[in-house]
Amino acid sequence: MDCDGTVMMGFFQFGLNTLAAMEVPVQPPVASSIAEGVDQLYLLLTGVTAFFTVLIFSIIFYFMVKYRRRSDGEVPPETHSSLFLELAWTIIPSLICVVLFVWSSSLYVRNARPPAASTEIFVIGKQWMWHLQHPEGPREINELHVPLGVPVKLTMTSQDVIHDFYIPAFRVKKDVLPGRYSSLWFQPTETGTFHLFCAQYCGTNHSQMIGWVYVMTPTDYATWLAGGEKTESMAQQGARLFSQFGCGTCHAPEGGGRAPSLAGLYGKPEKTQSGETRVVDEALIRQAILVPNSIRIGNYQPIMPTYQGQIDEEQILQLIAYVKSLGSAERINGQ
Amino acid sequence: MSTAIADLHDSSAESGVNYLNANYGIKSWLLTFDHKRIGLLYLVSITIMFIVGGMAAVLMRLHLVEPQGALFEPETYNKLFSTHGIIMVFFFLVPSIPATLGNFLIPLMIGARDVAFPKLNLLSWYIFITGAALALYATLSGGVDTGWTFYPPYSAAYSHTNVTIVALGVFIAGFSSILTGLNFIVTIHKMRAPGMTWFRLPLFIWAMYATSLIFVLGTPVIAITLFLLGLERILHVGIFDPAVGGDPLLFQHLFWFYSHPAVYIMILPGMGVMSEIITCFSRKRVFGYEFVALASIAIAVLGFLVWAHHMFVAGMSIYAGLVFSVLSFLVAIPSAVKVFNWTATLYKGSISYEAPMLYALGFIGLFTIGGLTGLFLASLATDVHLNGTYFIVAHFHYVMVGGAVMAFMGGIHFWWPKITGRLYPDYWARIAAAIVFVGFNLTFFPQFILGYAGMPRRYAIYPAEFQVLNVMSSAGASILGVGYLIPLIYLTWSMRYGKPAGRNPWGAKGLEWTTLSPPPTENFEEIPIVTEDAYEYPVAGGNRV
Repeated sequence: MDCDGTVMMGFFQFGLNTLAAMEVPVQPPVASSIAEGVDQLYLLLTGVTAFFTVLIFSIIFYFMVKYRRRSDGEVPPETHSSLFLELAWTIIPSLICVVLFVWSSSLYVRNARPPAASTEIFVIGKQWMWHLQHPEGPREINELHVPLGVPVKLTMTSQDVIHDFYIPAFRVKKDVLPGRYSSLWFQPTETGTFHLFCAQYCGTNHSQMIGWVYVMTPTDYATWLAGGEKTESMAQQGARLFSQFGCGTCHAPEGGGRAPSLAGLYGKPEKTQSGETRVVDEALIRQAILVPNSIRIGNYQPIMPTYQGQIDEEQILQLIAYVKSLGSAERINGQ
Repeated sequence: MSTAIADLHDSSAESGVNYLNANYGIKSWLLTFDHKRIGLLYLVSITIMFIVGGMAAVLMRLHLVEPQGALFEPETYNKLFSTHGIIMVFFFLVPSIPATLGNFLIPLMIGARDVAFPKLNLLSWYIFITGAALALYATLSGGVDTGWTFYPPYSAAYSHTNVTIVALGVFIAGFSSILTGLNFIVTIHKMRAPGMTWFRLPLFIWAMYATSLIFVLGTPVIAITLFLLGLERILHVGIFDPAVGGDPLLFQHLFWFYSHPAVYIMILPGMGVMSEIITCFSRKRVFGYEFVALASIAIAVLGFLVWAHHMFVAGMSIYAGLVFSVLSFLVAIPSAVKVFNWTATLYKGSISYEAPMLYALGFIGLFTIGGLTGLFLASLATDVHLNGTYFIVAHFHYVMVGGAVMAFMGGIHFWWPKITGRLYPDYWARIAAAIVFVGFNLTFFPQFILGYAGMPRRYAIYPAEFQVLNVMSSAGASILGVGYLIPLIYLTWSMRYGKPAGRNPWGAKGLEWTTLSPPPTENFEEIPIVTEDAYEYPVAGGNRV
């Protein structure tokens, strides 16, 4: 059996080598802080799969040869079921599963939340392209430039159907849904150009909703940001929208208006009139703009008009960036 | 095919009247209440569906030989994979073993003259072909491009294809599943022959019982879900589309609440077939009968608790992810128990290698790989990378084709002599089984590698570096296609020219082998009285006590 195992692993290795020699990718580049951990888990799982497959195959082959029928009238001896074996092959796989679960879950939980100091980039998916905007202002389509070694958090939404933002080299993927924000984060560890795919079927040109991620050294990235046309930052664009829509007439910056001041509001837990406490985050601001009277804070009158249909996803993100730029709860508490 | 079946009557091997020659004419088939004839009606219907779904698959694989796409516009490609998935899942795999072999065998195996509700049984078939006809009509009159998963808001508001008609077809066919499940549950409870206690039942019956539970409990949920989707599409009621106040994740929860258990609808009957074939061709009592039987029930129950592992990257909370991850690992255990027990059944057996056994051994191997690669997807950290890639496609096909279809082919070959009274040429059957095994692995193994390398599924056009593996996969698909074509030829041939089978050509245990081949309309001359456990094959040194 060991012999069979070695031979099969040999074949497996030979197969992989051959594929590698033919320049067939057997894994994507390893280019983010989590990629190596995912690859290690993948190798472990492959090992478990190979071990049990070889084990079962070997036993079956051995039995097939040893116990092949030698005459038509052959009558096999009686064998008895064994509680010991039944328990063994219930408990041992269970234990292996526990190990795999703990390993994979700790890796997942550890990587689930972005570090506090992440650079935030905004993503809008629409049939069939990716719109991205950096807080400093530059916009990109189907391309994403990011600095090496800096944690980047993507805040994503869709303008139409469900998409999925997938960078194989970073081993990250997240669905991008209309009507809500999802996020993912990564920390690039290699410079280079990597695939960006839409991994949730989204209609006719789903397979062309692809692009490239460019990981640059921080200096190159700074040069790239500074180059091109001069653009306002997202917060400045948001501030312009804020005055254009006349938001400031009620949301007076120094307070005392017909609506709450937005300074220092971001990240703050607020009690709503329905009695629940909600932290002011991207989703809440979006909801407050589109369906204002569905959440009311303080004793203000429900007089805010809805902006549904008058404002697009990109503008909402700019307004959010503006509200954030007015200071967040954490920063104010720290002062 | 029906003319060939009709030809059987004149040359029927067994003297006397059987269910095939009891009466003649198309009307005698279309108005039959005989579970055996209804089983054959299903066999013909799902074979047609398998050919349609298979042709879509072949066209897809041909297209993917070139990175830019060799044959079609992306729009057409999207319709092809949608058609393939919808036809194969809802109109082939779900009814495959239960509606054909289940219908044919359950009364024979438990010693009954028919199912509990024969008229309901015929009604189920009519409901099924109504749904199937709608799905085929929708495919031919422009197609559908949502994938078999119908995710809104794409399916609800953006797709301009025949989504409503196909959803209606699946909705209607669902009632066929529910009625069949109900019929089987009542039959197994109430119609067992004297002495046929629960723990004497063949394991195929246990598997069909577990499957029927899922039919009855799960199918209404997909019916409701698709009904709501139709409402939203036609009347723009805000249920799933956030633009009109709906929640797209609600659809995914409802859809997978049925569609994950549905994969157990597809695999559990196959597991039942395995237990029959392996015991027969190793002349052994199954190892650990109770464990194999209860594992079926455990799979049916746990199968309802793991649906959201399809949604780890859809935006669930971390904690929900953890719960569904651990439950998904748990559901792997009863499957592993079955594989180990089948392997142990071979121990000290007297093993012979006719075609059904080759399919059974192929099943164990491929199902083992299919099951183990499921662990990659139960693991949260690796699932994030693999979800939505070809790894999923490979895993799913190892279980559904390597598992369910292999078992279906094995079962058809095993019971064909009972169904038709004729033997097929075993030599060709063994060659076909080997071709299927090789073709299958060449088609789907490269897709595991493609998936880890990062190639997303449902891509009509793909980056050039993935071409070599795609060409390998397409080459495998053509071999697999040949492997499926050969049985179609020799099985049809055997209906007229095959040697008479006799009651029990394999020397198998089980009540179905004690009656004539083909069985008489009333199955048994006298209702048998059961005095022994399942699979009481003779043992050296006399009968056991």
